[in-house]
Amino acid sequence: MITLSYLDLGAASLLVLALAGISFKMRLGLHNQLLISASRTVIQLLLVGMVLRELFKTSQLGWIMLMAFVMLTVAGRAVQSRQKRRLKGLWGYGIGTSSMFISSFAVTFFALTAVVSVTPWYMPQYAIPLLGMLLGNTMNGVSLAMNQLTQTAWQQKAFIEQRLLLGQDRVQAISDIRSDSIRTGMIPIINSMATCGIVSLPGMMTGQILAGSPPYEAVKYQIMIMFLIAAGTGFGVMASVFLTSKHLFDERHRLCLDRLKSD
Amino acid sequence: MSQLRIESLSYMGRPPVDFFINDGECISLSGPSGSGKSLLLRALADLDEYQGRIYLDQKECHEFSAPQWRKQVGLLMAESCWWFDSVGDHFEFSENSKAINGWLSQLDFNPDVMNWQVNRLSTGEKQRLAIIRLLANRPKALLLDEPTASLDKRNIEKVEDLLTEYRKKNSAPTIWVSHDPEQEKRIASRHYRIKDDLIIEEGHDRSSR
Repeated sequence: MITLSYLDLGAASLLVLALAGISFKMRLGLHNQLLISASRTVIQLLLVGMVLRELFKTSQLGWIMLMAFVMLTVAGRAVQSRQKRRLKGLWGYGIGTSSMFISSFAVTFFALTAVVSVTPWYMPQYAIPLLGMLLGNTMNGVSLAMNQLTQTAWQQKAFIEQRLLLGQDRVQAISDIRSDSIRTGMIPIINSMATCGIVSLPGMMTGQILAGSPPYEAVKYQIMIMFLIAAGTGFGVMASVFLTSKHLFDERHRLCLDRLKSD
Repeated sequence: MSQLRIESLSYMGRPPVDFFINDGECISLSGPSGSGKSLLLRALADLDEYQGRIYLDQKECHEFSAPQWRKQVGLLMAESCWWFDSVGDHFEFSENSKAINGWLSQLDFNPDVMNWQVNRLSTGEKQRLAIIRLLANRPKALLLDEPTASLDKRNIEKVEDLLTEYRKKNSAPTIWVSHDPEQEKRIASRHYRIKDDLIIEEGHDRSSR
């Protein structure tokens, strides 16, 4: 395995600097954002590298849980901030976060104990990257699905209320919108399962191969990861859509769009 | 006897109102746009929050589940909505196909209309079909929000006849929102008006139709 020196990274950073320079000349107004996010990449990854090094050294369940908790709350914030119309109060944050918690944590635990069979099951070299990949993908699915659900419910108020007026209950009246939203949340992972290896090599597999693993081992890991991500995203998306759509109605089966707020 | 009785009903922060509609009776409701006619009907169908009590057949709204209540107290919105592609898909949940076919022919539709695509219907066709869709639930009371606003004269007459026939046959108390004083006289025996958030009865024409 060829290790990278900081000088190597500096060479790669010249590309970003060149891009920023051109963007400045062309008055795209992107150079600031580009430089800031490039710096964030460096700082965040160096920090997480430090944290992981310490975490791997101690291997204590408490610290690993704390790390997992931080990852979850940040993912919850990201889901919430990507909603055009979000549920008021703690509901939006709570539903998104708990859906991701249920699915990502359960699937990661299953993978660690039943698939990879690590001892101890919380060994951070496996637990943290697995959870990270699951959370990252579930986060995208959940935010897409919740956004679709609340947006469509807002636009199709008249249709939902017409169905309620004809005697449908709150589950029937929003059933089609619910299915559409679940579909929206799951399309990305279904697409990437269908095209992976042909259109692009998945990031994790690329990383393993660059780091010197035999391709076949990398492939097996990647297949497992794809399955885990599909399950985690699917369950997370379903949970978030069910909880959100339930909260859009009151106990008398009335559509309560005043529980949403827009930016 | 299926009477619709409204006791100190207050909706959207308006002062409470009291009134009743006897079984088989039709009252007309008018008032300037924005005066809250549609909001009143929505509250009566339990689609919006309200304070007070609404009784049908001496039974209070909350004794029923909301979907049950809405099937019995059928509200026809001013603009009908269709959520599936074909007309027939909106009728699947009702078992009275014989009655439906009768109503269809009464409003000049061929039974084949069930296979039509909703996006090819005209506004008037949608409205007439929405009335049949509502009646297919066999409501015990009718709340009609300008049911004939989008129809031509010939169809107005047919819809008035159909709804009046249903009302009498099923002794269904009916609230009919209308902007046409002539129509109010034709279809209703008592006339109410919303004025300054209050519901006022006009005149006392007891010669029920």
